[in-house]
Amino acid sequence: MKRIRWGWVAVAAPPVIFIGYFFVYPLIRILVLGLSELSVGASGVEARLIRVGWFTLWQATVSTVLTFLAAGPLTWAVSSFEFKGRRLAMALATVPFVLPTVVVGTAFVALGWQESIGAILAAHVFFNVAVVVRTVSTLWSRIDPRIQEAARVLGASEWDVFWRITLRLLRPAIAAAASIVFLFTFTSFGVILILGGFRYATLEVEIYRQAVTLFDLPLAAALAIVQLVGVSGALYWYSRYQERTAVSWTLERGTNLRRPKGRARTGVLFATLGTLIALAIPLSTLVSRSVTGTYYQALFRDDPVVGVPAHSVLNSLVFAVAATLLATIIGVLAATVITGRSGELSRWFDLTLMLPLGTSAVTIGFGFIVALDWPVDLRATRWLVPAAHALVAIPFVVRSTVPTLRSVPAETRDAARVLGASPFRVWREIDLPIVSRAGMVGAAFAFVISLGEFGATSFVARPASATIPTMIFRLLSRPGQTSFGMAMALSVVLAGLTAAVVMAIDRARFGELGSF
Amino acid sequence: MLQVENLDVVIDSKPILENVSLTVADSEIVAVLGPSGSGKSTFLRAIAGLVEAATGDIRWDGRSIANVPTHRRGFGLMFQGYALFPHMNVGENVGFGLKMAGKDDIAGQVEEALSWVGLEGFGSRQVESLSGGEQQRVALARTLAPRPDLVMLDEPLGALDRNLRQKLVTDTREVLEERDVTAIVVTHDREEASALSDRLALMRSGTIVQTGHLEELLAHPADEWVAEFIA
Repeated sequence: MKRIRWGWVAVAAPPVIFIGYFFVYPLIRILVLGLSELSVGASGVEARLIRVGWFTLWQATVSTVLTFLAAGPLTWAVSSFEFKGRRLAMALATVPFVLPTVVVGTAFVALGWQESIGAILAAHVFFNVAVVVRTVSTLWSRIDPRIQEAARVLGASEWDVFWRITLRLLRPAIAAAASIVFLFTFTSFGVILILGGFRYATLEVEIYRQAVTLFDLPLAAALAIVQLVGVSGALYWYSRYQERTAVSWTLERGTNLRRPKGRARTGVLFATLGTLIALAIPLSTLVSRSVTGTYYQALFRDDPVVGVPAHSVLNSLVFAVAATLLATIIGVLAATVITGRSGELSRWFDLTLMLPLGTSAVTIGFGFIVALDWPVDLRATRWLVPAAHALVAIPFVVRSTVPTLRSVPAETRDAARVLGASPFRVWREIDLPIVSRAGMVGAAFAFVISLGEFGATSFVARPASATIPTMIFRLLSRPGQTSFGMAMALSVVLAGLTAAVVMAIDRARFGELGSF
Repeated sequence: MLQVENLDVVIDSKPILENVSLTVADSEIVAVLGPSGSGKSTFLRAIAGLVEAATGDIRWDGRSIANVPTHRRGFGLMFQGYALFPHMNVGENVGFGLKMAGKDDIAGQVEEALSWVGLEGFGSRQVESLSGGEQQRVALARTLAPRPDLVMLDEPLGALDRNLRQKLVTDTREVLEERDVTAIVVTHDREEASALSDRLALMRSGTIVQTGHLEELLAHPADEWVAEFIA
């Protein structure tokens, strides 16, 4: 006996419609457009694809390797030792990661490093050090020390232990961190658009130039396909690798941290302070240079070209609220379907909803301008901006809600039923309170993402509805010290807003269930 | 009085319970004893209405309850691992059944239920802050607070360490007897079963093999497996 469960249909419909129209359908339009361009084989297309594709690949690879080298010392220190300020050091090293890419780009311009490959690589390292430190140290600090001790007893030197035991055991975490960093730098947009000038273009930047500046949509679509293939390839490799190396060994539940002594003490001191000082330089330069003129006051003056720059703050806040509402509602509904007991549907949902994560924000924005002229032309409305932001944020909302919903054992609901709760009251008393707490964290993530989103926004934001990041970019693109100063001032404002929301998330996470 | 007659339960086309019959008289405590995986927990879940019976009948005071949904059966079930609500404090957990029943003076009854298990004043504590033994007692209080017609305990002491178990066996038995409840206790531990109950029902591979007092079973085991299992 198969009944249609109308409750589930009602829960699943909004995510299906939203993702279907704003993501799957535009992706199909890009594929159709791009494949016809590729099959025509227009002159010069191939050469350009190879040049841009090659640059994208090698800069991502080099950025990943450099990030590991830069993150190594701090990772070692926080994984092996307990010392004063350890948690603070981890928190500070994470600051660059939560900053919007335009802020990072502006900070490196403030250092005077623009239009060079060195600036691009340095900005990528700056941005991603935290990924390596956090991902690898989580595993490293939990390795059972007896494994290493056993190797020492068997005659391995400290170096042998590190090389043959520790590093091998860390492979899953290293692979995870490497693929995240690679994906971020492969799809890097804001940093390269700002720091690369006209000389350096990744696939993302080239898609943007072809589509927005030169209006060659077919070529942009062809580039987007290459990009999709590259990203899916990286994701596929990673999932295969994870399957192959899915070895399990006894992890300690707590961490195994020692107090540093002797030479180790000096090492920890240098590793920690050195990393933090290096990370502090771009930001402190940005802040100190932003106050060397009347740039903040200038943000409130009406400019003949860009309007009143401060208005972008208002736009961004309005869009962020709208995007947060959208992403939270859709994301929580989707998480409910994913964790629900309906096998096939759940798995299918899980996969589809993670796709926007694998697709770049630029592809999402590009898809909007290619596809959303049907059934009515939506491309001129300002509300495409929050729709795009919501799409980028939904995977994060889902990811922060699903573990909480999964952590509620099925027996908890059974217990409520036995105690007299009807199906509706089970939802009202058990699911709703639990999901709304997790949803709050997801909502805050969505808010931060919306504030800093640049890739998709650069396609869909109208000049009259510029967000903070698009306004910063417009100011940076203009010559003149005042424009640049205003860009720096606005970057500091954006960084401040972002930091405030991130700090609120952090406090909520420590205070509440503590299970994230 | 609870009467389970020729109960069959099938989950994912695998038979879990086959032709199970058991009668529990008012104020009687019966222990269902058997190795893990023998279907004991499913038996309780079927009586609670959490799993559907393929065939057979479950009756309370002579009336069939097979079509009564879980939340209207008025039974209590204490889960293995307790299944406390993580987002509620101790008092809210214990008061949940009373709230669902629309009772007045929930606070007073919660405090009373907590006193049965020796946790007076624990109402505002967070569930995660409790020790294993305290969680067990909160779960027991939550099960007993709405004064259910039938109390079912699934491995009530299974998750606790040995020393604590010995003390809590006596405590749990006392609490059950003072309330004069009708109860079914599921366990894989022979000593625990005989200490908690008036009568044993031995379960093996989804079937009840033999019922009776421990002495009867020891004196006249139905087969070799029974003799070995309770020895």
